[in-house]
Amino acid sequence: MTDIQQLVGELVKKHGTKREKLLPILQGVIEKERSLSDYAMIEIAKQLGISAADVYGTATFYSFMDTEPRGENIIRVCKTITCFMKGKNQILLALEDALKIKLGETTPDKKFTLLETNCLGWCHKAPAMLINDEIYTDLTIERVHEIIGEYKNK
Amino acid sequence: MGKNMLKRIDLIFKNEHDTDEILSKIFKRSNDDLINDLIGSGLKGRGGAGFPTGLKWKLTSEAKDDEKYVICNADEGEPGTFKDREILTQVPHKVLTGMAVCGRIIGAKKGFIYLRGEYNFLKPHLNEEIDKFHAILKKLGSDFRIEIFSGSGAYICGEESSLMESMEGKRGEPRNKPPFPTEKGYLGKPTVINNVETLAHAWTIFKYGPKKFRDLGVQDSRGSKLFSVSGDTPIAGIYELELGMSLQDFVDDFGDDDCKAVQVGGAAGFCVPRKKFRETAIGYQGKLTGISLPTGGSMMLFNSSRSMYNVLKNYLEFFEEESCGQCTPCRVGCQQLLEGIEAVKRGEKHQHYLNKLLRLSETMKMTAKCGLGQSVANSFSSIVENFREEMIY
Repeated sequence: MTDIQQLVGELVKKHGTKREKLLPILQGVIEKERSLSDYAMIEIAKQLGISAADVYGTATFYSFMDTEPRGENIIRVCKTITCFMKGKNQILLALEDALKIKLGETTPDKKFTLLETNCLGWCHKAPAMLINDEIYTDLTIERVHEIIGEYKNK
Repeated sequence: MGKNMLKRIDLIFKNEHDTDEILSKIFKRSNDDLINDLIGSGLKGRGGAGFPTGLKWKLTSEAKDDEKYVICNADEGEPGTFKDREILTQVPHKVLTGMAVCGRIIGAKKGFIYLRGEYNFLKPHLNEEIDKFHAILKKLGSDFRIEIFSGSGAYICGEESSLMESMEGKRGEPRNKPPFPTEKGYLGKPTVINNVETLAHAWTIFKYGPKKFRDLGVQDSRGSKLFSVSGDTPIAGIYELELGMSLQDFVDDFGDDDCKAVQVGGAAGFCVPRKKFRETAIGYQGKLTGISLPTGGSMMLFNSSRSMYNVLKNYLEFFEEESCGQCTPCRVGCQQLLEGIEAVKRGEKHQHYLNKLLRLSETMKMTAKCGLGQSVANSFSSIVENFREEMIY
């Protein structure tokens, strides 16, 4: 049995095979693997008894369900209006500089992926970004370098 | 700023933790009595749509089915809104109480909090609160149970029928209405779905009676409301204010003395230029004189350093990405509006093309399946009409 088969098996055991458990199962795979491989989606489809197309169609609807390989730490910079007004472009440049990658890319050591996202709900403390589930607000260029430094040392 | 024209209200975040006492008092009262309190308070949905909450609970309680559900909509995705996160952080027990009372009234045994994926960091704390709350319910002999359902990054899932599709393990695409969730909601069962803030207000109404709430606000717009204030303001944050306030008073309190426009209700809302601050009131459309604008609480201020073209472009990029793609007017309309204003700005299209785009946005308003596609016209027409020159030059 492969790792993915085992992971999906555990998730199905925890949540059950009802269709309304599909999102929690997909989220469980993302939590471990950071993204959904074709193989994982086919495995989920098999174990839930639905078509792989159904799983793929559902997963790709949601912006946090990546089907491309992602790094261990996924950075999502808010690009919506208030963060845009309060300098998210500078924050993005600082991140590109700190990570030596462009927006949308993953570092060669697979440690970081840099993405943008829509409103994170921190407009009063803009600019803001998520790293995995952690929120960082009132960002400055210096702060970005500090945060990335901390993650690099983890 | 700082003129303090508006009275600050302190109900939602008021530090009260007597959940046991309140629930045991409520559970001794009849369902009709409780619904009458809710209807009498004049509370309307605080997510922005403004459906009377008491009526929603009453309709669902009358629906005949052995299974029913309560859902707390915590998919707070409207740009410029961040109050629900704060409610769930500071006073989650008030929201849980609202859900449990709703469950008792309508006859539901199960409640869900649909929490947006962006707020996943709230889960550990919220789950602890839910466990504590379940212990209280058990003591009172109630078997109502609440669990969190996580979203995964989709604005449209804040729309109630999309949210239910998403909970059913599908793409979050809106359903046709009717039937409304009060008849056929989650898994086809009668469902009450309320915004986080609406449920927290229910606490105040059941604890203090409907009058305390009703005495706030004006005419059809009763009670207080949380406002998420952001943009060009020295005091960005969350404020509880009375409904019915004048936008001029709001700007006097929160603006930076250079405010040229306020976006009321987020990207899906309306942009009000300075010359209309005085005649605009914040509340549900009804008997208010002048213009009255509803809002889920998003108030974004823009000063004279901002280009309204950039603001509109940012909104349209947002809608183009977040449109679920199910219906053509919204899917294609959002793309065409965005491409259209870019072409006019670059001089590739004559400025009269803006009129064509305005007609397109009106068509979207009439023909899009859900509130997302219908509301793009709000910000589009209010920005293009009031700041036309900024769109062109």
